[in-house]
Amino acid sequence: MTLEIIGISVLWLFLFLYVIVASIDFGAGFFNAYSAFSDKQHILTGIIQRYLSPVWEVTNVFFVFFFVGIIGFFPQTAFYYGTTLLVPASLALILLAVRGSYYAFATYGAKIDHRGYIYMYGLSGLLLPAALSPVLAISEGGFMRLDGGQPSLDYWALFTSPLMWSIVVLSLAAVLYISAVFLTWYAHKAGDVKATQLVRKYALVWAGPTIITATGIIFELRGHNPEHYASLLDLWWMFALSFLLFLGTVFLIWKKRNYGLAFILLVGQFFTAFFAYGASHYPYLLYPHLTIYDSFTNESMAIALIIAFIAGLGLLLPSLYLLFRLFLFDKDYVKGKSDYHA
Amino acid sequence: MGFEDTALMSRILTLMTLSFHIIYATIGVGVPLMIMIAQWVGIRKNDEHYILLARRWARGFVITVAVGVVTGTAIGLQLSLLWPNFMQMAGNVIALPLFMEVFAFFFEAIFLGIYLYTWDRFEDQRKHFLLLVPVALGAAASSIFITIVNSFMNAPQGFDVLNGELVNVSPLLAMFSPAVPTKVAHVLSTAFMTSAFILASIAAFRLLRGSNHIYHKKALFLTMKLALIFSVATAIIGDFSGKYLAEYQPEKLAAAEWHFETGPEAELVLFGVLDGEEPKYAIRVPYALSILAHGVPSGEVIGLNDFPEDEIPPLWIHYLFDTMVTLGMWLAFFSFVFVVGSWRGWSLVKQKWFRWLTVLSGPLAMIAIEAGWWFTEVGRQPWILRGYMKTSEGATASGQVDLMIVLFAGLYVILGIGTVVVLSRMYKRNPVEKELAQRESSKGGEES
Repeated sequence: MTLEIIGISVLWLFLFLYVIVASIDFGAGFFNAYSAFSDKQHILTGIIQRYLSPVWEVTNVFFVFFFVGIIGFFPQTAFYYGTTLLVPASLALILLAVRGSYYAFATYGAKIDHRGYIYMYGLSGLLLPAALSPVLAISEGGFMRLDGGQPSLDYWALFTSPLMWSIVVLSLAAVLYISAVFLTWYAHKAGDVKATQLVRKYALVWAGPTIITATGIIFELRGHNPEHYASLLDLWWMFALSFLLFLGTVFLIWKKRNYGLAFILLVGQFFTAFFAYGASHYPYLLYPHLTIYDSFTNESMAIALIIAFIAGLGLLLPSLYLLFRLFLFDKDYVKGKSDYHA
Repeated sequence: MGFEDTALMSRILTLMTLSFHIIYATIGVGVPLMIMIAQWVGIRKNDEHYILLARRWARGFVITVAVGVVTGTAIGLQLSLLWPNFMQMAGNVIALPLFMEVFAFFFEAIFLGIYLYTWDRFEDQRKHFLLLVPVALGAAASSIFITIVNSFMNAPQGFDVLNGELVNVSPLLAMFSPAVPTKVAHVLSTAFMTSAFILASIAAFRLLRGSNHIYHKKALFLTMKLALIFSVATAIIGDFSGKYLAEYQPEKLAAAEWHFETGPEAELVLFGVLDGEEPKYAIRVPYALSILAHGVPSGEVIGLNDFPEDEIPPLWIHYLFDTMVTLGMWLAFFSFVFVVGSWRGWSLVKQKWFRWLTVLSGPLAMIAIEAGWWFTEVGRQPWILRGYMKTSEGATASGQVDLMIVLFAGLYVILGIGTVVVLSRMYKRNPVEKELAQRESSKGGEES
């Protein structure tokens, strides 16, 4: 295994973790807004806040980790993606800032429960994945021009591309699906029957669109990037496995049993699909301009980063375990029996 | 011309984001230490007031942390968006501390979440106190790592240049550039100092606004003592920073002091305005610049005329330098008078106008922080990587930066107003008297 592969695997893993925790976060905001809209807010708000409050900051760090890491391991990405992504990434940043600070303002501070804010918060959670998904489309190639060595984005091609819109729809559906499955489990743990019923319904509603758009994208790629499509087909068995795990989750949710296992299967489903997608993209970071080999940092920096990474994990994993034990797996806390907020 | 324009636009946006971020970052580094000290004093003295102090500070702290996190994320990503060519180069040499900063931040975020949601959960208060240690350490560590990155930009080392490419990169050597010791120490001590003054301002303000509670008096005295300690530390480190500049970045010191001719027995120029090469209305302190630079009056200080004209920083950084130093000196002097006066029981300390001066000290310290950062950053122009890459070469080629400036300016206005509104509402609705009474009644008279 080369250093390049280690580097990209680590980053891909952190991006995956961000996708999962951020989906829970974004989706929770949307469901909260939707339930306020349909006058069911009292059912969900407590559950959502109990989960989000101690962890929302940690969610953010996964994102920072990914983009700092990719510049560290693959400095050339700064040149290509940095130049082209100014507009979409800035929009995502602004949404992220409004969302994060509003959440803190509302929950820790002024206890604002104005409808307008709740809708804005929910909506921004849907706009964020939409603002971030062009990156995936761009990485497939065909949307970037090189003028005199300087890359620039072809907005027209991007915004008229069915591939880009399929990715946007997939990200929305997946966010809502992941979030709903997690919240079903969490609400069930809290012994909250009404909340469980509500989010279970959402989970079943969003399962279909998620799997349909995901399949659709594979076919979009056939026309857009045949080379990538071919390597996707080589990994068909991983997508098949992912599909089986998907069926497992839906079955358990449908039968109202083992919500915990259902969530684990869901993570498995996305993990296999996410890694199969990543592996099929190999060796390109940006088709066809940038591979992981020609953008890799020098060897001494790579080794230093990997050592720092291992040391960092040594610190991080026990801390995360402690966080989960105190909040996610603590019955009294989950059930809201005791509020120990400062 | 278009290329230069994006460089200027990128500079404006970076300046705006960083200037806004450092307000929250400074508080984010300093306040956890203050919370930790208050809680420690509370446990040691078995005094409910200090524990409550820690708790109320922590509550307000979350709001500032939230804005600090989101603006920090913004500047982190903007570095690559606005300075892609620089980050490509920096990624090869200086990625290690950037990466480590994220870990420190991660660590802090996890334990801050735990700390905030475990009040009264542990029987033993000391256990809860222990959770603060990683928060304060993580906050300090992330500021250390990010300052290391900035030090590298001021004094790059740890690589060779061969035909325009960076070779023989040594990540550790790049991390420990000569600028690191003074910069890191200065950033830490000023962050602690500023946070202490800000918390003192709040306590003084409450006292002025009629609440004559002993709680605020304890808070005021504790924070002013800490402020004194850290202002003295800052002054000492500031002196070392001057010596560092004389040795490694003489053009920055010379521009800050309008020192044109190289020579010994250099005088320090305080205030004044520049007319050609002649400072007007300035206070001149003989030998002081030589002493600041080398510790002896005969020390030779390099002047601006020794540098090529296109490599000297703008001369208006003198005003920034003066602002920073004057405010720092004033704050050190003021906190000294306050602490000695309180010990000695001088009536001066309880005067209304003196209280108002105390209220002013927090904002003044923050202005000094801003002035100091602008001084150090503008002072290394025209370089983005001193001696290697000019700022204009590092900037993005994208033409949409001006639009982004407008968007981000709007964002920072909203966040700034939001912080003020939320914080003031939070404390107004739940004054300390009310909270103390609640805690008293909830204990049901178990103990006094």
